[in-house]
Amino acid sequence: MSIRERLSGNEAVAYAMKQINPDVMGAYPITPSTEIPQYFSAYVDNGEVDTEFIAVESEHSAMSTCIGAEAAGCRAISATSSCGLIYMAEMLYVAASDRLPITLAVSCRALSGPININNDHSDAMAVRDAGWLMLFAETNQEAYDNYLQAMRIGEAVSLPIMICQDGFITSHAIENIELEETEAVRKFVGEYKPQHYLLNKDEPMAVGPYSTPVYYMETKRAQAQAMLDAKDVIKKVADEFAAWTGRQYGLIEKYEMDDAEEAIIIIGSSAGTAREAIKQLRAQGKKVGMIKIRSFRPFPAEEIADALKNVKAFAAMDKDDSFNAHCGPIFAETCAGLYANGISGPKGISYIYGLGGRDVRVESIQHVFADLEKIAKTGDVGETYRYLDVRE
Amino acid sequence: MSHLAKDMTPQVTWKDITPGGAIFEGGTSEVVETGDWRTMKPVLDMEKCKQCLLCAPVCPDMSIPVNKEGKREDFNYFFCKGCGICANVCPFGAITMVKDEK
Amino acid sequence: MAYNLKENVMKEDRFTGGHRMCAGCGCPIAVRTVLRALEPEDHAVVCSATCCLEVSSFMYPYTSYKDSFIHNAFENAAATLSGVETAYHAMKKRGKLDATYKFIAFGGDGGTYDIGFQSLSGAMERGHDMVYVCYDNEAYMNTGIQRSSSTPHFADTTTTPVGKVVPGKPQQKKNLTKIMVAHGIPYVAQTTFIGNFKDITEKSHKAIYTPGAAFLNVMAPCPRGWRYPSEKLMEITKLAVETCVWPLYEVIEGKYILSYKPKNKLPVEEYLKAQGRFAHMFKPGNEWMIEEVQKEVDKNWEDLLKLCDLDR
Repeated sequence: MSIRERLSGNEAVAYAMKQINPDVMGAYPITPSTEIPQYFSAYVDNGEVDTEFIAVESEHSAMSTCIGAEAAGCRAISATSSCGLIYMAEMLYVAASDRLPITLAVSCRALSGPININNDHSDAMAVRDAGWLMLFAETNQEAYDNYLQAMRIGEAVSLPIMICQDGFITSHAIENIELEETEAVRKFVGEYKPQHYLLNKDEPMAVGPYSTPVYYMETKRAQAQAMLDAKDVIKKVADEFAAWTGRQYGLIEKYEMDDAEEAIIIIGSSAGTAREAIKQLRAQGKKVGMIKIRSFRPFPAEEIADALKNVKAFAAMDKDDSFNAHCGPIFAETCAGLYANGISGPKGISYIYGLGGRDVRVESIQHVFADLEKIAKTGDVGETYRYLDVRE
Repeated sequence: MSHLAKDMTPQVTWKDITPGGAIFEGGTSEVVETGDWRTMKPVLDMEKCKQCLLCAPVCPDMSIPVNKEGKREDFNYFFCKGCGICANVCPFGAITMVKDEK
Repeated sequence: MAYNLKENVMKEDRFTGGHRMCAGCGCPIAVRTVLRALEPEDHAVVCSATCCLEVSSFMYPYTSYKDSFIHNAFENAAATLSGVETAYHAMKKRGKLDATYKFIAFGGDGGTYDIGFQSLSGAMERGHDMVYVCYDNEAYMNTGIQRSSSTPHFADTTTTPVGKVVPGKPQQKKNLTKIMVAHGIPYVAQTTFIGNFKDITEKSHKAIYTPGAAFLNVMAPCPRGWRYPSEKLMEITKLAVETCVWPLYEVIEGKYILSYKPKNKLPVEEYLKAQGRFAHMFKPGNEWMIEEVQKEVDKNWEDLLKLCDLDR
């Protein structure tokens, strides 16, 4: 039985953590994820969970303690945002390389500078090559649901996992949400039983070697395989989750894509805005659609290529910029996916939008579709690297 | 699939290498010979040795074994790098450093 | 229990041969000695910062630790081990573990005084039941002898080379031991290798078995960086102690206790002249450097005597 509630995205994630009752949390405050460790330490101090909470002195140490705790044989969790994620970046790579399925909640926020506390994806996208699984949520419900699935996925492939939502937009906005019964959550998530761990008295273990060129590349190739294997695991866990809750997820979500001639690819809360824009355009008879990416790592290249194969024009919507004088990361990876799958028909543009909390309105998305319609009609792509809603 | 350190040879494939480069045993470096670094070699004169054991804790390379009777035994030349600290602390001149002819 | 060298060295080493530290390095002596202070029936998780020790003692697939070991990065040995220690309590609380574990981190002075300082301070302040051991060789030796905040005044390093204008490191050595005392942790000690190893062994045992956070600062000479013949290690440490350059003391629950007071405090040049990194101080016209260091050492020693209530 689901429980109807009204929660902010941060509280929903904290509540999921409470239901799972992990072993160790190491965390440090930063806007807008601060509430997560705040809520959670109240659970700890009121005896509602058994978790040991380590109030560390930095995000770097937050991830370091998680690495130590997870290697020791525990479920370790943390939460962060923005500069905090970047400050732990070095440790993110180690967590993935050490194959430690840590779970990290990220309330995405712009990076300094200039300092800005509002949402974009420059934090998460900056660590996209750290070797973490990365799921993004459009709504509070998705943030909660993704969190409930996170440990099953990470632990199956021995990789750490980031559960990302949009800072303030979902992290602080209170929405209706369906929560699951704690007992059912624990049954779904299961016990953590690592094969090897530091605190196994019958088997000493050494973690984190100095690896010479003789071994380094084999270690990394094995790590890459875990990311490849994760695609099926994410789908399998999503199906089990759907059988339990009725809420179905995949690597991507296609919206009005069956006959779409123009499409956008988007991540996070703006998908909700895009859905509204598409509804209105569809009412005008326009064949427009959307691909929402849920799993950015592993990147669903085949699925996106397949969904785009019949469109005439698409825009990859990046809520951050790679500053490569060329495009954002979703555009780059989408194009690579199309090329790798032998699809050359669709014409694409890269749109940078919503930086530092710049409002994304229905009209903003409709402006993008207007561009795409022009491209589809004329066949002329024009400038492929565009900024949306910036004052000229 | 073995995950023993001895099987993690330079020929090991990515499918067989231990995940994350972790090792699931203790003290696997004991098969690594470091004695071949040596240029000078400590030689123990058992007649001069008074078993004071001052040489035992100063060895950086665990090359001075002490047996169950509490007596030091001859050097473990498999590890000994020939640093000479032991010879220098011996109050009885029982350890001499000589050129290591290999 | 009275210290007995024979009993000490009869204990099985928990740090094994086959590591690749330089011949005559002080660090592995510190590591094996500290680990030998563990009660044989107790388990341990050892952590090392990225440093000479780490790259030499866990070069895949060869670990030199009989106990479980974790290396994470350069600057976070203390935070990493605090995570392991917390996991131990979490598992105990849930009845998943019945063995007794002790937690020991090692870092060089670079990873402790400098880049790992925040992580160390955090872990000590939080009071994890662990020991952090700094093997202090007074420079970044793993990268090739660069100065750290632990490098002594005037020392010649590759980033404080003795030049025509600047004669080695311009600053004095940071007093990390005192800073750790200021954290209010139950046990802090400064030690090195002396005689029959009574001082370092007893301090290691206290550090490991005092409940709560403990810090051990071990002078661990580096023959390559300090430029002295490797066999002279025990002469160097003895001179450091006899000149009061590196006094032996411990601080238990905030109370300073001097471990050793030289009968005749030797002049500092006895220590300096034994090492190539200070050779320039003995050139004609540079006497002022030795005088300055002597003043600094005297002041630090007087301060320490006061803290130990031995100034009269």
